[in-house]
Amino acid sequence: MRLLATIALTLLRAKLRQSIVAAVGVMFSIAMFVTLLGFMNGLNELLDGLILNRTPHVRLYNELRASAEQPVELAYADSAKGTAPIHHFIRSIKPKDDLPRLRNATAIMDVLEKDPRVLAVSPRLVAQVLFNVGTTDLTGQVNGIDVMQEVRYYMFQDYLVEGDPNDLANGNNTIVLGKGLADIMQARIGDLVQVTTATGDRTMLRVVGYFQSGIADYDKVQCYANIKTVQKLLARPASYYTDINLKLHDLEEAPEMAKELAARFGVQATDIQTANAQFETGTDVRNIISYAVGVVLLIVAGFGIYNILNMMIYEKLDAIAILKATGFSGSDVRRIFLLLSVIIGIVGALGGLVVGITLQNIIDNIPFITAALPSVTTFPVDYSIRYYVIAVTFALATTWVAGWFPARKASHVDPVEIIRGK
Amino acid sequence: MNKSELVLEVEKVNKYFHDPMTIHVLKDVSMQVARGEFVSITGKSGCGKSTLLYILSTMDTDYEGELKIDGEPTRMASRTRLARIRNEKIGFVFQFHYLLTEFSVLHNVMLPGLKLGMKSREEVEHRAMELLDDLGIADQARKAANQISGGQKQRVAIARAMINDPLIIMGDEPTGNLDSRNSDIVFDIFRKIADEHKRSLLIVTHDQDFAARTDRIIDMDDGRVIT
Ligand SMILES: Nc1ncnc2c1ncn2[C@@H]1O[C@H](COP(=O)(O)OP(=O)(O)OP(=O)(O)O)[C@@H](O)[C@H]1O
Ligand SMILES: [Mg+2]
Repeated sequence: MRLLATIALTLLRAKLRQSIVAAVGVMFSIAMFVTLLGFMNGLNELLDGLILNRTPHVRLYNELRASAEQPVELAYADSAKGTAPIHHFIRSIKPKDDLPRLRNATAIMDVLEKDPRVLAVSPRLVAQVLFNVGTTDLTGQVNGIDVMQEVRYYMFQDYLVEGDPNDLANGNNTIVLGKGLADIMQARIGDLVQVTTATGDRTMLRVVGYFQSGIADYDKVQCYANIKTVQKLLARPASYYTDINLKLHDLEEAPEMAKELAARFGVQATDIQTANAQFETGTDVRNIISYAVGVVLLIVAGFGIYNILNMMIYEKLDAIAILKATGFSGSDVRRIFLLLSVIIGIVGALGGLVVGITLQNIIDNIPFITAALPSVTTFPVDYSIRYYVIAVTFALATTWVAGWFPARKASHVDPVEIIRGK
Repeated sequence: MNKSELVLEVEKVNKYFHDPMTIHVLKDVSMQVARGEFVSITGKSGCGKSTLLYILSTMDTDYEGELKIDGEPTRMASRTRLARIRNEKIGFVFQFHYLLTEFSVLHNVMLPGLKLGMKSREEVEHRAMELLDDLGIADQARKAANQISGGQKQRVAIARAMINDPLIIMGDEPTGNLDSRNSDIVFDIFRKIADEHKRSLLIVTHDQDFAARTDRIIDMDDGRVIT
C-alpha cells in the first residue's frame, strides 16, 4: 500500500497544476459549505433564541372560563335518571370570581422540582396594571419573576439593555420597564412611576432598568418586577402565583409533559412547540436550503475531480501499461488512481476547512447592529464542529466516487494495446 | 529434455486480429524453453514476433492454444495471478524502451522489486545499483527517466527486467538501439545470467551476429515457426 501511495504521489507531482486545480475545486466547495451552514445556522439560532430563550418549555396556568358543569345541572343529575332530561332556563351564567391563580402552586412546584425531566421551575405572577402618566393611563403588564432563576435559565440579562438584575432581585418596589414603554413615559432610571392595579390600588415603583426583547409591541407593554413586589402590589399572599414555567432537559419532551401535567394538576398547560410552531418550520426550510446548496457545490467539485482524473489517465496510459507489464495488477492500478483522487480530496477538504473557518471569522466580525437585537453586535456564526465533519466526510465520499470510475477505467487498460501502439 | 526443467511451454498457439479484417497472425506456434537456455527469435518484419512475445508474457490473453510458465497453465489463471507471474517470473524488455518518465532511473528499476515485496527497500535499491553498474549507467541512476539517451533507456529497461531475478527474460529487440560495444555488454550479461544463474532468455532480434551466438535460434515466417 505504501508503494502504491508513493506512485500516486509521484504521478500527482508530475501533474501538479491539474491536481491543484482539482483540489482548489474541493477547497472552494468545502469552504462555501462550512461558511454557508455556519452563517445560516448562526442566524437560525439567533432568530430561534429570540423566542425560544425566553419561552418556557412548558407553561402551567389557569385560565378564567365558564365551569363545564353548572351547579343547576348537577342538582338534577340524579333525579333525571330514567326520566326525560330536565331543562333549566337560567341564562348568562357568569364565571366565578376566581382570579387566574394557580391553586396549590407551592405543592405543584415541590413535585416538579423533584421530576428528573425538569431542569428549572420558576413561578410567575402576572398582573395587569395601568401606568399613570400625567393625565393619561397606559396599559401594561407587570411580570413578577424570580429574577435570579430567569437570569440563569431565560437569559434575562441579555435583554436588559440598562440596569442590573440584582437591583431588581433585591430591591423593594423596583421595576424594569419595557424599552418602548419607558420611551413613551420618558422614564429614566431612578425615576418613580405610579401604577394602578385592576382593583384600584396605587403604588409607586422605582425604575431600575429597561428591557428590550426585540419585538416592539411586546416592549410597549411588558415590565418586570420581583415576585414579592407584585404580590404586594396585588395585596396577595406569598403563595399566590399565576404561572409556573418549566425548562426541561430535553425540549422534545415538552408536548407530552404538558398533556401529562395538565391532566395531573387540573390546570392549563402549553408547550413550546405548540406555542411557536412557525419558528420550527422556518428553521427547517433554511436548513434544507443551505444543505442543498452545499451538497450541490460538493457534487460540482466531484465532477471537476472526475474530469481531471479522466484526463490524467488518458495522459498516463503509458505509465499504466508499464506498471501492468511489470507485474502490477488491475486492482493495484485502480487503487493508485483512487488514492490519487482521495489525496486531492483530503488536501482540498483541509484547505477548505481552513478557508471556511477564516470566512466564518470574517463574517463573525462584520458589525450587525439592530435595535431589535440588543445583545447582537456582529453577524452570528455557528462554529459547530458538526458542519466541519459533514463537509469533510462528504468531500471524501465525493472524491472517492469521482475517482472510482476513472480508476476503474485505468484498471481495465490493456497494456498490449498501448505498447503495440507506439 | 527433462519436463520439469521447462520454463516455458507453448502448445499450438493461434492468434487472430479482427480489425479491420480478420487476419491469422500466429499459426500453430509450438515451442519450449528450458531452464538456463538462451534462445533467440528471428524473422522478417511483420511475421508476428512481437505478437507472440506479448502472449508469452501473459499480457495478451486473447489467443487459442496452451501456454505454461514454470509448469503452471496460464489459460485459466486470474488476472491478478498473471500479474504476479509477470512480476515474479518474467522480465520483459519492450521493443521501444518504456520507462516511467515521472520517476528517476533508479526508481524505475526498483519498482517491480518493491512490488514483489520479497526484499527490503535497501536491498532492492542495492541490487538496482548493481545492475545499473553492470550495464554501465550507474552514473545516470539519479536522473529523471526522460533525461537519458535512447540506448541508456534500453539498458535501464534491461536492468528493470532483471531486478526480481526472473526465471525468464523476454526481450523484443532489446539491443536494437545500442551500438555494437553496448550490444556486446548486454549480450555478455545475458550469457552470464543464463550460464551462472540458470535463467532462461527469449530474445527477439534482427541482429544475425547476436542470434548466432545464442544457444538456439527460433526462426519465424508469416506466423509459423520454421525451425
Ligand atoms: N492491433 C493489431 N491489429 C491488427 N493487426 C495487427 C495488430 N498488431 C499487429 N498486427 C499485424 O500483425 C502482424 C504481426 O505484427 P508484429 O508486431 O508481431 O510483427 P513483428 O514480427 O514484431 O515485426 P517487427 O519485426 O517489425 O517488430 C503484422 O502484419 C501486423 O500488421
Ligand atoms: Mg515487433
